[in-house]
Amino acid sequence: MTPTTAQQARVKTLKINGRDVSASGDQTILEVARENGIEIPTLCHLSGLTPVGACRLCLVEVKGVNKLLPACVTRVHENMEVFTDSERLRKYRRMVLEFLFTERNHICAVCVSNGHCELQSLAQQQGMTHVRVPYLYQKLHVDASHPRFKVDHNRCVLCTRCVRVCDEIEGAHTWDVFHRGIKARVITDLNQPWGTSETCTGCGKCVHVCPTGALTEKGVSVAEMAKRRQFLPYLTMMREERG
Amino acid sequence: MTMHPEDLDQLAQARREEEAQYRHRICVCMAAGCLSSGADKVKAALEAGVKERSLEKDVLVKGVGCMGPCAAGPLVAVDIDGVIYHDVTPDDVPAILDSLEGKPVKRLEMPKDSPLFQRQVRIVLENSGKIDPESLEDYVAANGYAALFKVVTEMSPGEVIEEVTKSGLRGRGGAGYPTGLKWSTVAKARGPRKFVICNADEGDPGAFMDRSVLESDPHRVLEGMAIAAYAVGADMGYLYVRAEYPLAVKRLKQAIKQAERQGFLGNNICGSTFSFHVDIRLGAGAFVCGEETALIASIEGNRGQPRPRPPYPAEVGLWGCPTLINNVETFANIAPIIRNGGEWFASIGTEKSKGTKVFALAGRVVNTGLIEVPMGITLREIIFGIGGGIPDGKRFKAVQTGGPSGGCIPEQFLDMPVDYESLASVGSIMGSGGMIVMDETSCMVDVAKFFMEFCMTESCGKCVPCRVGTVHMYNLLDRMTKGLARMEDLDLLEELCDMVRHTSLCGLGQTAPNPVISTLRYFRDEYEAHIKDKICPAGVCQMATAEVYA
Repeated sequence: MTPTTAQQARVKTLKINGRDVSASGDQTILEVARENGIEIPTLCHLSGLTPVGACRLCLVEVKGVNKLLPACVTRVHENMEVFTDSERLRKYRRMVLEFLFTERNHICAVCVSNGHCELQSLAQQQGMTHVRVPYLYQKLHVDASHPRFKVDHNRCVLCTRCVRVCDEIEGAHTWDVFHRGIKARVITDLNQPWGTSETCTGCGKCVHVCPTGALTEKGVSVAEMAKRRQFLPYLTMMREERG
Repeated sequence: MTMHPEDLDQLAQARREEEAQYRHRICVCMAAGCLSSGADKVKAALEAGVKERSLEKDVLVKGVGCMGPCAAGPLVAVDIDGVIYHDVTPDDVPAILDSLEGKPVKRLEMPKDSPLFQRQVRIVLENSGKIDPESLEDYVAANGYAALFKVVTEMSPGEVIEEVTKSGLRGRGGAGYPTGLKWSTVAKARGPRKFVICNADEGDPGAFMDRSVLESDPHRVLEGMAIAAYAVGADMGYLYVRAEYPLAVKRLKQAIKQAERQGFLGNNICGSTFSFHVDIRLGAGAFVCGEETALIASIEGNRGQPRPRPPYPAEVGLWGCPTLINNVETFANIAPIIRNGGEWFASIGTEKSKGTKVFALAGRVVNTGLIEVPMGITLREIIFGIGGGIPDGKRFKAVQTGGPSGGCIPEQFLDMPVDYESLASVGSIMGSGGMIVMDETSCMVDVAKFFMEFCMTESCGKCVPCRVGTVHMYNLLDRMTKGLARMEDLDLLEELCDMVRHTSLCGLGQTAPNPVISTLRYFRDEYEAHIKDKICPAGVCQMATAEVYA
């Protein structure tokens, strides 16, 4: 969805939380907000990957629109009035996080990503101190068949960053999603152990874009798995058409 | 082969003359409902009987599409006074053949004056039960493809859109978006190519309108698609049919082949520059693929998951090209609108909802089956008139419309007209046409649980609110039906409904709470009885005998 006409690329002015901001016409609400230091929480979004609007944390209110819109995929309009932080939005965001914490077994105290986890940080930022819906206690396995990495489905939030980075940046498309609804799970190749995958190049990009402790390097202990994502903005910058 | 209007007339005339040679025509319903109760055996017996009596030149035995009262199948129509026989078995064949020259067989006859037939207005189903769905000539003899020829030879794309806009036709898939407006948007959109898609991924529990249209009159849908393609500037169409409809798929494939052979589809239709090809794509059993963006992903060969809109398919659709997506019933309305004019169509129905709607009437009602009624008819007329009321002297409780996205409408709204706005105002939707009648033996909490379970298992899992929220809502409802819930759970359930409705990515999640919201609105006392008194007033739910830790 690149701008096709000069009109779309024109500079737009809009209001976010009452503040006047400017943007180019092909930018999303999220991009403009972040440029102006207005924080909108996100989980599935990662700059450099195609946005999918799946986690629903970045939903914002737009004046004149009766639906909530995902900031990561919604493009700005002239004179748009965006509200990113209402009591209602905060409540919904906390509920999304509650859903994620109850869906699978996120036990921070024993997680390799403790302290470096985006889900954990989001819960802290959004003030999600406890869950009110019962835990679902799904029994999911851990696949440690790959020589360098492992996947713990109990920590996965199905943001599909791994699927997208593997497909769009590495070009291997080792990862995909299997089954549907609550049974959905990320898989490697044709739902086979990661170690037996013939398409995996072992590049480790999926591990480093994973927001939680679902994809990790082997050999790290509790709270040791910090992710390094600098490669992604650099790669996307270098791949942009120049001249 | 190029067809010209004169050839079309000739084809129709030849067919009509051929049929007129017979003294009697016996039509046997060959749609899925009647077939499953042995209509094929009845037809074979009739043919054998005709042969045995050497009546081949006098009596035509013809397989036709759905006649409506599916529960009474196999159905056989004989052209003496328009008699329809119900529950016919091969043993009845001699009696039917004996009666051809005399009086109809009384014991098999369906009452002709019953409101079941009298209150219906048939536009979409005008040919259902009359023509042989496997014969293109039959369709042509019933004025088929005349509208396409008229469009291609006499009208500009703009005029076609104007006619459809004038008709006031609204999308029959459920949401009721004005069809003319959708067409004009796609016509205006720019792209290297444009596509027309027919959404035949009918998945609502208890709904079979689209299946019936496809099985009974497949050419009508193809004609509607071709007219739409001409109007918006598309040259390729896809019919996305669920694989669970093998008979519909078979008849569609056959219809496409016949239409291509006769030059109704393909290149240079009717000697014009307009070309249109149609292909079939089979759905693999995911309900969410009825959502337009998921459907497009599925046709493209990707995982059937919806994506955020805008951009709408009208702008960015199949393979990034502008795409028109309409439902089967919407396309089935197009040919009559062109033939008779938009004003004629607009004269039927209410101010904002024009034309007719096909409903699959099911549940606790005497006459179940497929009906077509004018918009604005009351629910009471449908259920107690056409439907014949509730069997076994039971009391009416609610009617569920719109499937898992709809709601339950209680007794006090029975005299409300059936149109898009009225149904929405009481918390339900028109939907694609499923109508399930419930009597006092239905528990509304259990009904809500049933639909929630459906949404839970059909959620694609992409967005968090739908993937996890439907599970939590289902679990809460499940506890209620077991007498294990507390009053706080009811508040939590309402909160979850509100959140899932407003934050889900696509229509499936956004409407998944509707059955709960509408039953809570009208039958809150039943929920409270389950929770406070641990009693199911309808006697459906099995309560746990002792409170267990849950």
